[in-house]
Amino acid sequence: MTTRIDTRFAELKKQGRSAFVTFLMAGDPDLATSLEIIKALPKAGADVIEIGMPFTDPMADGPSIQAAGLRALNGGMTLKKTLELVRGFRKGDDATPIVLMGYYNPIYIYGVDKFLSDAKTAGVDGLIIVDLPPEEDEELCKPALKAGLNFIRLATPTTDDKRLPAVLANTSGFVYYVSITGITGAAAADSTAVSEAVARIKRHTKLPVCVGFGIRTPDTARAIASHADGAVVGTALVDALRGSLDSQGRATAKTVNAVADLAASLAQGVRGAQQAAE
Amino acid sequence: MNIAKPNSYRSGPDEGGHFGIFGGRFVAETLMPLILDLEKAYAAAKADPAFQAEMNGYLKHYVGRPSPLYFAERLTEHLGGAKIYFKREELNHTGSHKVNNVLGQIMLARRMGKKRIIAETGAGQHGVATATLCARFGLECVVYMGAVDVERQQPNVIRMEMLGAKVFPVQSGTRTLKDAMNEALRDWVTNVHNTFYCIGTVAGPHPYPTLVRDFQSVIGSETKVQMQEVEGRLPDSLVACIGGGSNAMGLFHPFLDDPTVEIFGVEAAGHGLTQLHAASIAGGRPGVLHGNRTYLLMNEDGQIQDAHSISAGLDYPGIGPEHSWLHEIGRVKYLSATDDEALEAFQLLSRLEGIIPALEPAHAIAKVMELAPKRPKDHLMVVNLSGRGDKDVPQVGDILKGKKK
Ligand SMILES: Cc1ncc(COP(=O)(O)O)c(C=O)c1O
Repeated sequence: MTTRIDTRFAELKKQGRSAFVTFLMAGDPDLATSLEIIKALPKAGADVIEIGMPFTDPMADGPSIQAAGLRALNGGMTLKKTLELVRGFRKGDDATPIVLMGYYNPIYIYGVDKFLSDAKTAGVDGLIIVDLPPEEDEELCKPALKAGLNFIRLATPTTDDKRLPAVLANTSGFVYYVSITGITGAAAADSTAVSEAVARIKRHTKLPVCVGFGIRTPDTARAIASHADGAVVGTALVDALRGSLDSQGRATAKTVNAVADLAASLAQGVRGAQQAAE
Repeated sequence: MNIAKPNSYRSGPDEGGHFGIFGGRFVAETLMPLILDLEKAYAAAKADPAFQAEMNGYLKHYVGRPSPLYFAERLTEHLGGAKIYFKREELNHTGSHKVNNVLGQIMLARRMGKKRIIAETGAGQHGVATATLCARFGLECVVYMGAVDVERQQPNVIRMEMLGAKVFPVQSGTRTLKDAMNEALRDWVTNVHNTFYCIGTVAGPHPYPTLVRDFQSVIGSETKVQMQEVEGRLPDSLVACIGGGSNAMGLFHPFLDDPTVEIFGVEAAGHGLTQLHAASIAGGRPGVLHGNRTYLLMNEDGQIQDAHSISAGLDYPGIGPEHSWLHEIGRVKYLSATDDEALEAFQLLSRLEGIIPALEPAHAIAKVMELAPKRPKDHLMVVNLSGRGDKDVPQVGDILKGKKK
């Protein structure tokens, strides 16, 4: 099977550049604004869009993304509405890959099979589920692959050469390298360490390797993108969104542009990178 | 999937850490290598007689084990039924059963060369036990505690700080035990290279539910021997309160394959099962949180719901996975007691036996008040008195003063 993710990375490879991957929380701060924001992202330069599925207990996330999830939940966001959001986006864009990222429990409660078929129909291309390591592949990873969705796994600095094959075994679409041991929003790893890690992963797989956690500025994005097939930015975009809200936490006239403008400047950073020689 | 082997409820978990559909290892990739190391280190320690011998030495001379099995004569008379015995875990050093498990984990951490220990705590008893053993072995200690619990369990916060631990009040979510556990997991993901996470109950990713159970099983093993000594036979029933379920599992596990022994776990029913409570089995269903699949309180979208109990140590929306399994196969009966019932039991025990219990085991006593009168006089009932009430004296004092007005 070829998914939108595979197609997109093949195109980028032809163009000789790395992907700019964005992350925002579904329904932050409300469903309508959230849809406007993700619609604006491809024009701002996003090549792949990750959408967070809000969860009450995001144990690998820092304060910014935790707060974004709570804003969304307080606004009545659910997993069902997250799929509606994707459906809304697909009406105007059939090319940009959408990856849902989050924790397993809401999917488990929704029902794995029903979720996979609803997600596929809505236009979702891949899943990143933080609390499903390869040891739990039977739960969702294998059924997702069967349903035609990519299952994108996180590799981390603690994933050594011995463990990498297990982590990569059922991974598809791309590999998400978390450049630090830590939560979202923590400091970035230096680009030398990232380049070594990406080279190490590439000895085990032909999949594209995207790097995330801690990228906040166009300069860092450029440095990371020069060593990897993609740079992922989440917390910085979520912070820009939060900064545009009124004192009650509601969206304002500035909200969509606050996110889109930052995305555009980060995209410039990524596009300025010389892609790593293979 | 792991089905109980014929004639044994004690053989779990399987290699993946499953008790039936429960348990497992639902954690971020960063933590997986460490969890696999821990599993290996524990298997090696278990097979090493020197480890057991060293632990037994500390259990005897530092913790003060064996803890007594005490015949509660006045309570027995008052209730007019079963003969009630208390397993006196509240007499352990640091005042609760938590120290049994912490000793084991700290000795594992030492074997693994870890110098920094983190823990989550609800009532503060697990935090105090961890701070104590870190002081004893010269390890750095960081404890995460919900801001609400920091308020209502002040004496334990002060104790932890005196013992040299850093206590971080957690402001996220409901600011209770579940959020303290999230925050501890975030710390662990960040400091995985030098840090050992000392989990306080039989929950979390495999192998924690197993190793905590094994370390706590000293409670039930001693009870078996002591009951033989005083009554010449096994008890007829066991009762223990359930937060995550470690004191209960410690008492129950050695008896699971004794079919004549009735077993009761008591969850916290808070304001009542139709209102805010912390009874995951009575009011929850299977889901995935904090590294394991187990009964959880949640809404229809799979979002975790706020738990409530007057007792900080029971105020958690989940339960250990082995309990979920024992519930589904029907080996253990899970009951619940409300805040008010626990307060009443707290006062009754203080007046009748001169023992001020922690609010947690007061929930178990509350159900003993219902169960014991319905049993014959030769029925032997053992209650796990999991902790003493010193930490709760200010809180209960305020509540009782308020009630008098
Ligand atoms: C005295 C006491 N009993 C019971 C508990 C509940 O924990 P568990 O169910 O793991 O024994 C606590 C937890 O803080 C406690 O302090």
